[in-house]
Amino acid sequence: MSAFAIRPDLSPGAYRVWQRNRDVLLRLWKSEFLAQLVEPVFVILALGIGLGQFVELTNGQDYVEFLAPGLLAMFPMFAAVFECAWGSYVKLEMQGTYRAVVATPVSVDDVITGEILWGTTRSVANAAYILLVATVLSPWLSMVNSPWALLVVPAAVLPGVLFSAISICFASVARAMSQFSYFFNLVVNPMFWFGGAFFPFDQLPAWAQVLGWFIPLTHAVNLYRGLLGGHMHASMVVDVVWLAVASGFFYWLALVGMRRRLVE
Amino acid sequence: MTALAVEAEGLVKRYGAFTAVDGVSFAVRDGECFGFLGPNGAGKSTTIKMIACVSPVTAGRLVVGGFDAHRSPRAIKGLLGVVPQEDNLDPDLPVRKNLEVYGRYYGLSAAEARANIDESLALFHLVEKAGAKVDDLSGGMKRRLVIARALVHDPRILVLDEPTTGLDPQARHLVWQKLRLLKSRGVTLILTTHYMDEAAHLCDRLVIMHRGKILTEGAPKALISEHAGDQVLELRVEPGERAALLDVLSGGPGVAIEEVEDIVYVFGAGEAGTKLAAAAGDANRVFMRPGNLEDVFLRLTGRGLLD
Repeated sequence: MSAFAIRPDLSPGAYRVWQRNRDVLLRLWKSEFLAQLVEPVFVILALGIGLGQFVELTNGQDYVEFLAPGLLAMFPMFAAVFECAWGSYVKLEMQGTYRAVVATPVSVDDVITGEILWGTTRSVANAAYILLVATVLSPWLSMVNSPWALLVVPAAVLPGVLFSAISICFASVARAMSQFSYFFNLVVNPMFWFGGAFFPFDQLPAWAQVLGWFIPLTHAVNLYRGLLGGHMHASMVVDVVWLAVASGFFYWLALVGMRRRLVE
Repeated sequence: MTALAVEAEGLVKRYGAFTAVDGVSFAVRDGECFGFLGPNGAGKSTTIKMIACVSPVTAGRLVVGGFDAHRSPRAIKGLLGVVPQEDNLDPDLPVRKNLEVYGRYYGLSAAEARANIDESLALFHLVEKAGAKVDDLSGGMKRRLVIARALVHDPRILVLDEPTTGLDPQARHLVWQKLRLLKSRGVTLILTTHYMDEAAHLCDRLVIMHRGKILTEGAPKALISEHAGDQVLELRVEPGERAALLDVLSGGPGVAIEEVEDIVYVFGAGEAGTKLAAAAGDANRVFMRPGNLEDVFLRLTGRGLLD
């Protein structure tokens, strides 16, 4: 099989890889999980209430309401990145896990697909949790204003796949753990700051808006903004298509990268 | 006719311009222990990785358990148990769970794999460690666990890449015993090693590889007779004294003499060698011993360091 083959070589093995990660999480949940649960609450309180008091948006919207879709996109992005960038590299180079698995009937494509499914699972679970927190706080902080918001959970699948796949692409070319600071500082962090989560794009110059359109996180934020507020808009279809096409491309690129890395 | 577990013809593996395996042919019979010997970089690990379908074949024919390695790598992987050179256990899972998760990769549920896991753990003396963290195991235990892991799906062919490298003698002998036990149950063993005693101990037949090619093939005893002779004479005498002694020995049929720094090896000296050793009476200077695989190996692959 060529390393660049379009069609993935898949089997139920992909699910077995997902199961392995689930089993590990269920063993380590106390150390892995609990700390992650409090962070979004702190951020909502600090930025939404604390900083929000000093921010006045031109459309009169509360800052915390503006911020909520951004948080719903950001934290799940970080969840996918941690699983599939660092997590993947550790299993690739430091623990030898991938090489052990591809000696069984599970293929490289199965492994990478399973890993991306797992990153997506963590990402979607994270989005669901933040949605829950935002809904619970909604009587005091106006963040969730429409039943459409429930669609955030299925919608979170696309960015989950996309950020997992992008992370695996980087892990497949990384030669040392220290190189992940490049990925984090040059890819993930700029998305975090400039992905439309903290400030509205529509006041920015045209070139900045065009640039923003190419940032994956922007499309997740747009999508969630429409769903949380119940302002369904045709541009959301563009966001879905953008995320789907990018997910497909980076999924393929992740397969190519890891086939080249794992097939000797 | 015995069925073949593995059949290779003109097998080639190239990495870019470098040829790691250069057209080797061999056949492994069902139920035998077949060894690949060779110095570092000889291509033995690469060959065994091609058999395990971890490394794709560049050219040549390779059939494992009746399946073609080009077309059906997944089917072949399902047949084999694989013990890689490095201990790539899953450190995020405890000992027993490692085996369960690994069994799942072969499509076995925890219930289906239970009997095999119990047996593997018992076989390799790991029952008390079933709940331990992998990182807390000693090197020898990790190695045993890697071998136990390769048995969870009850494979008919076991592929082992340097199974005992880094083990202490006790652990090494335990592993050898267990491998012999598996062979007695009909499991085909294919292994690489650079321990000659290991090869002599375990292998029914072996090949010696060097620079990607097979130099010779046969049963250990036959190879020793052919290339080293049944007896080898070692002379530790000053260069000045050598000529006279060697005159007595040389000229016989099949006698080979090799001078290596301060030792002279005489292969296939037979009767004359025995007499000379007895006459010299000093085992520190003139010493007769049985030929072994190491002699064969060094004679065929040379004494220079290869890495």
